[in-house]
Amino acid sequence: MPKTFIENWFKKKSWKLHDHQIKMIESGALGLSTLLIAPTGGGKTLAGFLPSIIEINADPTNSLHTIYISPLKALTVDVARNLLEPLSEMDLKITVETRTGDTPQSKRQRQRKSPPNILLTTPESLALLISYPDSSTIFQELKCIVIDELHALATTKRGDLLSLALARLNTWAPQARRVGLSATIPYPAEMAEYLSCDQTINPVKIIEAKPTKKPSVEILIGNSRLPWSGHMGIYAADEIYSAILNHETSLIFVNTRAQAELVFQALWKVNDKNLAIALHHGSLSVEQRRIVENAMVKGALRAVVATSSLDLGIDWAAVDLVIQIGAPKGVSRLLQRIGRSNHRLDEPSKAILVPANRFEVLECQAAFKSILDENLDGDILRQGGLDVLAQHIQGVACSGPFDKHVLFNEIRNASAYKHLSLEDFNSVISFVCDGGYALKTYDRYRRIKLDDNDLYRIADSSTERRYRMNVGTIVESTTLKVKMRRGRFLGEVEEYFAQGLVPGDTFIFAGRLLTFEGIRETTIEVSLGRGETPKVPSYIGGRLPLSSNLAEGVRALLQNPSSWRNLAAPVKEWLERQEQLSTLPKSDELLVEIFQRRRLFYMVAYSFEGRNAHQTLGMLLTRRMERSGTQPLGFVATDYAIAIWSLKQPSNIKDLFDEDMLGDDLENWMAESTVLKRTFRDVAVIAGLIDRRLPGHKKTGKQVTFSSDLIYDVLRKYDPNHILLRATRADAARGFTDIHRLGALLKRIKTNINVKYLTKVSPLAVPILLEIGRENVKGSAIDSLLDDAEEALISEGMAMQ
Amino acid sequence: MFEFYLNNTRLIADISGALFWPEKQTVIFSDLHLEKGSWFAKQNVFLPPYDTLDTLNRVEKVINYFKPLRVISLGDSFHDDTWMERISKEQITKILNLTNNYEWFWIQGNHDPSGVPSLGGINLNDYLDPPLTFRHEAKRETTDGEVSGHFHPKAKIKLNRKSFSDRCFISDQTRVILPAFGSFTGGLNVMDKAISSFFRDDFKVFLLGSKVRQFPKTALIS
Repeated sequence: MPKTFIENWFKKKSWKLHDHQIKMIESGALGLSTLLIAPTGGGKTLAGFLPSIIEINADPTNSLHTIYISPLKALTVDVARNLLEPLSEMDLKITVETRTGDTPQSKRQRQRKSPPNILLTTPESLALLISYPDSSTIFQELKCIVIDELHALATTKRGDLLSLALARLNTWAPQARRVGLSATIPYPAEMAEYLSCDQTINPVKIIEAKPTKKPSVEILIGNSRLPWSGHMGIYAADEIYSAILNHETSLIFVNTRAQAELVFQALWKVNDKNLAIALHHGSLSVEQRRIVENAMVKGALRAVVATSSLDLGIDWAAVDLVIQIGAPKGVSRLLQRIGRSNHRLDEPSKAILVPANRFEVLECQAAFKSILDENLDGDILRQGGLDVLAQHIQGVACSGPFDKHVLFNEIRNASAYKHLSLEDFNSVISFVCDGGYALKTYDRYRRIKLDDNDLYRIADSSTERRYRMNVGTIVESTTLKVKMRRGRFLGEVEEYFAQGLVPGDTFIFAGRLLTFEGIRETTIEVSLGRGETPKVPSYIGGRLPLSSNLAEGVRALLQNPSSWRNLAAPVKEWLERQEQLSTLPKSDELLVEIFQRRRLFYMVAYSFEGRNAHQTLGMLLTRRMERSGTQPLGFVATDYAIAIWSLKQPSNIKDLFDEDMLGDDLENWMAESTVLKRTFRDVAVIAGLIDRRLPGHKKTGKQVTFSSDLIYDVLRKYDPNHILLRATRADAARGFTDIHRLGALLKRIKTNINVKYLTKVSPLAVPILLEIGRENVKGSAIDSLLDDAEEALISEGMAMQ
Repeated sequence: MFEFYLNNTRLIADISGALFWPEKQTVIFSDLHLEKGSWFAKQNVFLPPYDTLDTLNRVEKVINYFKPLRVISLGDSFHDDTWMERISKEQITKILNLTNNYEWFWIQGNHDPSGVPSLGGINLNDYLDPPLTFRHEAKRETTDGEVSGHFHPKAKIKLNRKSFSDRCFISDQTRVILPAFGSFTGGLNVMDKAISSFFRDDFKVFLLGSKVRQFPKTALIS
């Protein structure tokens, strides 16, 4: 048996090969592409490599045998370490190297001449690696492609880029099989489809390793008064602290970076025993994050407060408790977080959910039930972005001349682009050539052009240089460094946050209260602050909308009072009062409450479609109400409901919610929306229209930074169907506007609207009305703010004279 | 529209970024940067080719509104000196139409040091029409009443926890600097020394937006 040396090594370690590891070896021996679905831990990554180790050992080679792709640079380094150890213990001569943005230029060049047997890399570095004229030779002997954390990659633009690279590799090395490693997901068949290049001829085998025990989950409600609104959850700090005390190592997940800072502070305030509690989020400097991660590996910490920055990554065997503070928002993500505790498949993971307000109690309860029923949620695969395709085609051109028809067929082999139309493909080619504008005035200038043999070639080296500088699909918002005055670098904050600061302002960052001193070039200088009331960083990011699956769970819970017995007493009482004073929202109808309060009319719709869809609904409804003379003043959107207030009583509610709002109204709003401009900027950078701005770097003379807002305005006016605008609208529709979900809602409730006229605010509406004031009102509000500012200054000036 | 006085002369800062001198029936534009898009295209950066068309459309709109006798373009009318190789016939016709119908002055700028030959109008370095002086770039030592462009001023003001920024005019009793009018022209914050050092501390900006609003230095952030 060829794998004996592996069995011996497992025996020496007194480990046993898991079932799924054995199946992976068998599947590998048959040369099958395979998708392994397994919870965190349980030797998933090793399972991906075992067949390659066996093959290389049986048939030693000097060429590249296996390429491993991970979404995180840091993960490639860890995997290399975790792979080299068993290899040396088994005394195998297999070379393993990483290749990421951190790899020195000299090493990268050497790797292209003499590659290791196993190369560990990221989607972006792979895209670069396949863009050299000699690239195809490196991959000729390639046998296996392993993609780690496939669930995190496949549904994003990085997944589009990777899928195009896979199609390229398939042309060069058709013999290479593909292996996907994924956390538990709701649509294994779709994920297998992403992995395959032709699911009918070459189906991907799916191996599922299920944990034998379901996680043990409890919902914790603090002893102090359960808040009506807010999302921070610090009211339960005492109870969270005792949970930390009662466990070895706790991983505490929160939803936003601002929340991480607040929870961290709240825990240290009650930390009488001086437990080692650390903080980890994406704005902190890489060094700081590494210190925390290493301390975690050594078992030196009792708890880490973290955002999604720790959703993926290295396994820590020592973690025996996961605490989720705030709403889980989705079941799959919650399960992945919970899976980060207790990495043995035969023992249940342990988790505590801490809801931060009443609605979140319902959401946690619904999540709890979904975990029991194994009812997962997640994104369905996306259609590949045209901006990513444009970037890829520039990379293809850099690697050598290409035939348009051959390339089209290759690209249709990429799962994300298998439905790409020839028309769209041609538009992208023409965009890459000269911008692809309806007005043809750039004929003389070309990035790529046809030669005499009907092959496209790059026109000059500037295209190549620009492509290599801009590769990748992650467009960071501009950030500024945070530095102590005469001291160390703490991390980065978004530019817009820093711009709101005035010297003397205080804010919490990196677990400290800091005073803003000033901005110097790309750095903001701070000193340690005093006082109690900081301005908390209002970071964006991490604010996921409620999944449709969980929303359904919450609706089911609400309309079924017999399921309330598990709810905490104040929550139960709250729902009972709602039933008496108004009514409970039913699954198959839309409950709309209308009441008057202090001369304003409030309309609250309980639509449960997540904050993004509600934000869009709010913009569209207020437009309609403005037209019908209801004089809306503003709205607030939560994950569960939307509230609009107006000077006049809203009427014709059924017409108001008519599906046709998704026509012109939507088009007009999207065109004006500033969020759409931000989406356009990302699309323009990914497609290679403008160069990316590298945070912290000064722009070089050769770099073209150009305000994308100016381009957007002009393009919209003169070339509204340009391919980049189409890509922008597609992104917006599935991203921040969540139009698909909104459309489904409007279709579902068509005639089933239950309008309740009340004399005062209902119990269910209270948490939503409490959100008012936290949210921005409307776009036109900035105008009245400007008027106020001008007026205030005028009267100030008058008073002085 | 916002009315202000420079060297005892009544001027109007228009929402479009153009300046109007009612007494002399004169409209002033600055930094049109025509054919900037095609200049980028020459470097293989394919910005949309509609900037010249859009800028000229907006120029026409302002002219149709004020119905002036005279128009002054304060320099950097074109983005570079080789625009002739790239400009389309339609745009040339559009420009000739303007220069034929109005008394038209092209002031030379650093982007178009040779001025704008062969499109009608009069090319000039500086243009004195007391009590005002028109030139591309402000001079440190100058007499009162200087009208210039070049710096593309914009201003940012703080509103609660947000900020708002847009193009602006900046003026004290000595001079005014106009915002750039071209569709593809970015801006420089007036708090930057390159601009603010030309002005006394009591300067005002006339900020563009949904209407023109006046702010003192104390209201601005960098």
